[in-house]
Amino acid sequence: MEKFHSCKGLVAPLDRANIDTDAIIPKQFLKSIKRSGFGQNLFDEWRYLDHGEPGMDVTQRRLNPDFILNQPRYRGAQILLARANFGCGSSREHAPWALQDYGFRAIIAPSFADIFFSNCFKIGLLPIVLDTNIVDRIFHEVNSTEGYCLTVNLEKQTVTTPSGEICTFDVDPFRKHCLLNGLDEIGLTLQYADKIKAFEEKRRTEQPWLFA
Amino acid sequence: MQTLYDKLWQSHVVHEESDKSDGMALLYIDRHLVHEVTSPQAFEGLRLAGRKPWRLDSILAVADHNVPTTERSHGISDPISRLQVETLDQNCADLGITEFKMNDLRQGIVHVIGPEQGATLPGMTVVCGDSHTSTHGAFACLAFGIGTSEVEHALATQCLLLKKAKAMQVLVEGQLGYGVTAKDIALAVIGKIGTAGGTGYAIEFAGSAVRALSMEARMTLCNMAIEAGARAGMIAVDDITIDYIKGRPFAPKGELWEKAVAYWRTLKSDEGVTFEQVIRLDATQIKPQITWGTSPEMVTTVDGRVPDPAQIADAVKRHDMERALKYMGLAPNTPISEIRLDKIFIGSCTNSRIEDLRAAAEVVKGRHIAANIKLAMVVPGSGLVKHQAEQEGLDRIFRDAGFEWREPGCSMCLAMNDDRLAPGERCASTSNRNFEGRQGPGGRTHLVSPVMAAAAAVAGHFVDVREIY
Ligand code: SF4
Repeated sequence: MEKFHSCKGLVAPLDRANIDTDAIIPKQFLKSIKRSGFGQNLFDEWRYLDHGEPGMDVTQRRLNPDFILNQPRYRGAQILLARANFGCGSSREHAPWALQDYGFRAIIAPSFADIFFSNCFKIGLLPIVLDTNIVDRIFHEVNSTEGYCLTVNLEKQTVTTPSGEICTFDVDPFRKHCLLNGLDEIGLTLQYADKIKAFEEKRRTEQPWLFA
Repeated sequence: MQTLYDKLWQSHVVHEESDKSDGMALLYIDRHLVHEVTSPQAFEGLRLAGRKPWRLDSILAVADHNVPTTERSHGISDPISRLQVETLDQNCADLGITEFKMNDLRQGIVHVIGPEQGATLPGMTVVCGDSHTSTHGAFACLAFGIGTSEVEHALATQCLLLKKAKAMQVLVEGQLGYGVTAKDIALAVIGKIGTAGGTGYAIEFAGSAVRALSMEARMTLCNMAIEAGARAGMIAVDDITIDYIKGRPFAPKGELWEKAVAYWRTLKSDEGVTFEQVIRLDATQIKPQITWGTSPEMVTTVDGRVPDPAQIADAVKRHDMERALKYMGLAPNTPISEIRLDKIFIGSCTNSRIEDLRAAAEVVKGRHIAANIKLAMVVPGSGLVKHQAEQEGLDRIFRDAGFEWREPGCSMCLAMNDDRLAPGERCASTSNRNFEGRQGPGGRTHLVSPVMAAAAAVAGHFVDVREIY
């Protein structure tokens, strides 16, 4: 997993609630058996005017000039600003993969769907929950200020605006620890292999029908 | 005192840091269901790290999302879909994982075959790289969808690192009206609490209306817990649960059966326990539900109208509603019964079980689909459901009414195979998501129950099934 410590980045605003994982990465791209390369199809149906299929050369496709990420001022954005319930819908990890592959390192929203939220942590993409009022204000500032950047510091759990305002956010200590150090969770869990085996043996004795 | 969720959680905790401040625990996984879309990268990850699956007999694999629903003897024509299914076959063969292959009679949608085989049993933790794993909670399981990193983690360690959710009870009391189904309860709940209403919660469905539901209907209800934002939905064990499981291939037999049943009977919330949140619904007041927008919470009743954004004060909400209506090609205040349809889809892990098909067949029997319906299809949830339906002559009823009778799979629920809507086409669908493009780019989805979809097929527009039954 990629480490995340801090990041100062351009912010792109996606002013819409309930953005689902089908919108983030449409299903036709889920046919890939790889883990990379999804960035070019992030928000495919909103981003391009033609219909995308896997294997198409995206440089030949027509961009939708109205879609926010296609506006030159948001090119190279590293922080995505979104509305409530971001990432609802399917469990596809392809959604965080696509966001990360596109270049995003953090997503700020008033709330996230549960599975999406936990998937992000597994790959080193930081989902940040900020109060609705604060998100509202940042939307306002981003829209009115070209080149608007935020600084995210995971260690301190802060988001700092250009004017120096500091907003703090919550993060589970364990998830923070893994992210800061880019730890392999499977490796960590396997440190408890003996405990897992003991648990399993007990279960096998008490509920043998689970081990048919 | 404990909720059902507390019991399921606690009985699976392998390890907890002594500092429990963040509520994270390592949970043991009893059953891991695997399908072709979310597993290839997990198997590759295992391979790259030189790891092996921890416990093979906990895993059951099936290809469902990409498979064609038409004649299968020539395999899958789309080379990318084919490669994904072949990759699953190969991974299962290499590692010795039990898989129901595409032409196996037991193949079907992963959430249909788990219960059908008795591979889903009360008291289990059940995971799958698929959000509708909540379906299995109907059996008093802790069942939830996971991402691909977690698929790999579960394969490698038989455990997942999880944060305990809060417990919500959805209490549905009273008797459901004629023609009103579990699908309508699910949509009514989502309409009430919103698609984020259950975020951070595990939902237990309870109350007399829920206890009266069959297992199949309970699965429909738990299936859509995720659409209410909850990763898991669940229902306590009772006789209906136990009767359903008895005799299924993976279910315990003989002495073990008795022992298992005795344990399963304890899987319910203790009397008087408190939930962090309780939502109440009066079953007698629930009418057939229909979604009009691009999120399952954008729902109304069959006698309702498309809402008017001009009436909405909140700017973000109004904006979302306007966008949804534009996408759906609907004018504000249109009566729901005036919405005309192009296609009908009866299927998906929400509503493709034998009872769903029986109920829909009952409505179309002796009738024919309307002239404006370009395609009406029935996609059974599994090969065994299909077989059973054919034994009962349901296929004939559907075919005679002008429906296509297909092979099992996810099909037009998410249109990863060839079954999809053309841009602008409008579909009455028994699936669970009406997101933009879900059933094909530009396609317009209205979520309904199987009987409402069947009635719409016959009428060519939405109609109250209670009037034509
Ligand atoms: S039927 Fe639809 S919702 Fe269910 S598993 Fe398949 S694609 Fe997902």
